[in-house]
Amino acid sequence: MYDIILPIRFFLRRRITILAVLAVALCVFTVVVVMTVMNGLVSDFTDKNHAFFSDGIVWTDSLVGFGLYEEFISRLEKTDFVACAAPVINTFGLVESESSGKNAALDLMGMDIARQIKTTDFADTLYYRKDTPILAFNPIYDVNLAGCIIGVDLLVERLKSGQYRQLSFLPMWSYLITCFPLTPKGALAKTGTALTANSGTFYYSDNSNSGLAKIDSTVVYLPFDSLQSLCGMDIGAKRTNAIFVKFKKGFDINVCTDKVSRLWQDFIKENGDFALANLFGTVRVADWKTYRRETIAPMEKEQTMMILLFALVGLITVFIIFVIFYMIISRKSRDIGILKSLGVSKTGIVRVFLRLALLIGICGAAVGIAAALVFLLNINRLEGWLFDKFGFQIWNREIYAIGEIPHQTRPVLLAIVAACAVAACLLGALLPTLGSAGRKCVDILRVNQL
Amino acid sequence: MTDKDNYILSCKDIYKSYQMGATRLEVLKGINLSAARGEFVAIRGASGSGKSTLLHILGALDTPDKGGVFFEGKNLADFSGRKINEFRNKKIGFVFQFYHLLDELTVLENVLLAKMAHSSAARWLTCSDSAKNHACQLLGELGLSERVSHRPFELSGGERQRVAIARALMNEPDIILADEPTGNLDSQTGNGILKVFEKLHSGGQTIVMVSHDEKIAGRAQRVIRLADGKISTA
Repeated sequence: MYDIILPIRFFLRRRITILAVLAVALCVFTVVVVMTVMNGLVSDFTDKNHAFFSDGIVWTDSLVGFGLYEEFISRLEKTDFVACAAPVINTFGLVESESSGKNAALDLMGMDIARQIKTTDFADTLYYRKDTPILAFNPIYDVNLAGCIIGVDLLVERLKSGQYRQLSFLPMWSYLITCFPLTPKGALAKTGTALTANSGTFYYSDNSNSGLAKIDSTVVYLPFDSLQSLCGMDIGAKRTNAIFVKFKKGFDINVCTDKVSRLWQDFIKENGDFALANLFGTVRVADWKTYRRETIAPMEKEQTMMILLFALVGLITVFIIFVIFYMIISRKSRDIGILKSLGVSKTGIVRVFLRLALLIGICGAAVGIAAALVFLLNINRLEGWLFDKFGFQIWNREIYAIGEIPHQTRPVLLAIVAACAVAACLLGALLPTLGSAGRKCVDILRVNQL
Repeated sequence: MTDKDNYILSCKDIYKSYQMGATRLEVLKGINLSAARGEFVAIRGASGSGKSTLLHILGALDTPDKGGVFFEGKNLADFSGRKINEFRNKKIGFVFQFYHLLDELTVLENVLLAKMAHSSAARWLTCSDSAKNHACQLLGELGLSERVSHRPFELSGGERQRVAIARALMNEPDIILADEPTGNLDSQTGNGILKVFEKLHSGGQTIVMVSHDEKIAGRAQRVIRLADGKISTA
């Protein structure tokens, strides 16, 4: 019974235990806040990539592309696991604003908007045509003009608050877009001895905010057929250089990607006599995550680094608890001597102090988690206030493509952090307790008597 | 009745030494001592004569380098760790010079601690009321009825020592071992404590007390003098 009453009394009546609780709470608070924000940023980034690039991609890095894509898409759509697929052209070109005269070499993405909005969440990235995405390439001011969608960061000013200064009306801006068409053999198309450059005028029909900074600041979207023609992918046979594939709900992406890969292998075998069959060799099939590995991997590495860093924070917690318990037990050594003189065993004494550590761990974790939840709940409000008052921002929204700071805490994370905090307390308390409990009580009492 | 039956606690040929830096300090050099049931024995000696060490060895708080301590004829060296703990809890009641009460507990809880030390939570639930009554009765007999809910630092030295005596008596031990019980008290308060011991002795309680003071030791039934680590016959 003493091993229940004493830990409670030590906990309630010793100020040093408040220090221990605060130390644990502080560590738990830091770990929960940073892990939540970091996990949130990574999952937000990966979710946006997934939404933009669909589930699986059949693609080639070659600007020449590959043919028979419509045949392969129809084969894919006949399977039981593919919901839909869309051809996409990724290339580059010169974009000149006809109103300002400014020009730049930018990435161009050609998409069949009807199929694209079924296959990806592209519709959600639009501003003016969010409700009628099918008309995204038809400018509101004249639906008969050829439209282009511009990456939001290329065109729209981003305020320090992270909001975009969107115009309430769609301005009639035109862009001259020039591409250098390639023959199926990969050579620049020529007319006589002069190189051919295809140009077309497109009117600003919308802007796209995918939340992926690199894409929003470098990509101009054009109708699939128009871009195909501009970059010569209709010479010889119609070509594309990517197919985005959306799998049906409930199907595993990795399994489906393997199936698509096998289908592709069968497809190129069957079409070995196709005139441009040599272009099939560069085509690869991957899930969205593998396709975007170069972009996602650094963030995931950063996340792993964070986890390692916070494992170090955990070790520091153990050390802090160890020091605090060393102090508590140094002060309590006389009590240990008294308990031993009353016949309390070594395990009984260890039990008293481990229960004290358990109380400190539980209370510290509870206080830390509660404080972290309150902080996270108000993190955006707090950042807003700091910004309004002092102009300080944790992430400069002009640089980082994030809206709100992520603050959704996962219960699993809370449970793991709380369990680690309690385990750290028990571990930190165990060594000094074992050391003191193992001493002869007469030695302890003699020292305290002097 | 044989001596073995009559002597509740005895020690035979006890040696104890401590390492003090480079030198080894011989504290006890072949001590033989017995205490009969119901006897009030005082061990007197100058400071550093080894009397506290001897008391600690008799109470199984320390172990001798050589020799044996016998409780009811059984050698404590043969006891397991668990049995030694039980011996300290049930057979011996310690009273220390510096009281050694736990500051976080109330007076009543300090007294009950002796009982709690060997009770599981389940057992405690069934006996806590009777234990509390017994503790209150002891505190009442020692004039501390009004102090049960106070904490030790709110008490005077004499009151604290009486709480320590109540705790020592809580498990109705066979022997009380008192180490300079009046050493930290003024003469009047110390006299009060000795009266408590005398009362206990008259009730049949075996007491072994250590004191450097001749007058205080003289209040015991029998005085053993310790000098230079040996029992002095002078």
